[in-house]
Amino acid sequence: MKIITIAAAALLAFGTGSAIAQQKKAKAEKKVTVSAAKVDAVIKAGLPAFPAPPEEWQPRLTPDDTMKVCAATHNSPPKAQFQAIEKAEKAKIQYPADNNYMGDWKKGERIAQSGYGLRFTDYPARNPNGGNCYACHQLTQAEVSYGTIGPSLLGYGKLRDFKDSEVKAAYEKIYDSHASFPCSLMPRFGTNKVLSMDQIKDLVALLMAKDSPVNK
Amino acid sequence: MKMRTAVLAACLALACPALAVAQDSDTEKAIEKYRQMMKEDPWSNPGLLDADRGEALWKTPRGPNKVSLETCDLGKGPGKVDGAFAELPRYFADAGKVMDLETRLLWCQEKIQGFQHADLIKNPHPGGGQPVKDTGAIATWVANKSSGMKFSAKLDKPQEKEMVALGEALFNRRSGPFDFACTTCHAEAGKRIRLQPLAHLAAPAGAKAVMGEWPAYRVSSTNVMTMQHRLVDCYWQMRLPAPEMGSELTVALISYLTKNAEGGEIAAPGLKR
Repeated sequence: MKIITIAAAALLAFGTGSAIAQQKKAKAEKKVTVSAAKVDAVIKAGLPAFPAPPEEWQPRLTPDDTMKVCAATHNSPPKAQFQAIEKAEKAKIQYPADNNYMGDWKKGERIAQSGYGLRFTDYPARNPNGGNCYACHQLTQAEVSYGTIGPSLLGYGKLRDFKDSEVKAAYEKIYDSHASFPCSLMPRFGTNKVLSMDQIKDLVALLMAKDSPVNK
Repeated sequence: MKMRTAVLAACLALACPALAVAQDSDTEKAIEKYRQMMKEDPWSNPGLLDADRGEALWKTPRGPNKVSLETCDLGKGPGKVDGAFAELPRYFADAGKVMDLETRLLWCQEKIQGFQHADLIKNPHPGGGQPVKDTGAIATWVANKSSGMKFSAKLDKPQEKEMVALGEALFNRRSGPFDFACTTCHAEAGKRIRLQPLAHLAAPAGAKAVMGEWPAYRVSSTNVMTMQHRLVDCYWQMRLPAPEMGSELTVALISYLTKNAEGGEIAAPGLKR
């Protein structure tokens, strides 16, 4: 009986000791968090507005509501937030008045090649902004220097049977990628005013025109 | 140009995607061979000339106070350079701040030699074809004096932990007209931008593979680029303003990246495309 009591006491003591050690360990490994206000302050101090007027550069430093959710969820928002972003971004899309979404694929190819615009060395602007599509996507067989962050878009229109509904869908994806894929890595070219409506139409043509090199 | 035409012609004749992939891996192999040859001949890296210049700058009396940097404490005691880079960034009680190598060198030039902070951070990085600036040259030498060692910054003080957490938050933050974050390019393994492979810096394996190569001699710009300068390039691409040299933002990102690279081997100056 005595032995059992001693054993139990020892076990208790050992157990307690171990629990304290574990607690200490947990405390030591507890993730340090930084307040949003601190992050904002560090950004503002570390990124002085240069060289364009502050009214253009200042807003760049602050994420909008969609970007806040995307960053906080590592670009994998849970269902409710996913749907909320889809809805909010869809509402930001502006459509051509004549419902014609197709421009000139030749101009589109030049926009897809160009990474020019909005970088701090691009002021004052000497060229129109580019879409830099090839940085992340394969588009045509001729251009072998393409990136792989986004999916290959080779044969994009052909694979979709050149349907009118797909023409509109392509316009929407380029105008605001998050309306189709919330927390996509792709820029919101229309919503963020990187590309004009006409430029987006030229890119739609590059993807969807039957005679575009994308579909050859 | 001729080669491009040949590739184009071949593309028209053959199944191009397969060819493009083959070409990519050939390019990669050729660059890897070039790197290997450089490693086999340790004196062939042009960045070592800047390291030599950096050593001379460290030892030469300079600035309004006309003294050398030989009393500068990089964390292991005044004047101790061997292995100092391997333990940075760290918290410095005299400055009351966490500092990476370049930020510490700014501080020493300011406090010991009497340089003005504003002068040191005005145009602190070279343009293409120009040699790395003085602070960068000194950083190249100091980093080289940790070559062969492993990243072993403790980063366990509260100030250091906060810096790492801050760096992680900045790494994930998406803003600007392109909605970019560091994670846009560096949160997945095996991705490329155009033909350029991207480092998976959010993971230890990816960070360990590349962090030890900085400062690096860049063949495309024919000069040494430091980590502070490399961050400016990232922010340029992200369509955000250029980070100020030595700002908390830069130190936080470098702290986060160095933490991810813990245990990775230092081989500075490295050699980049």
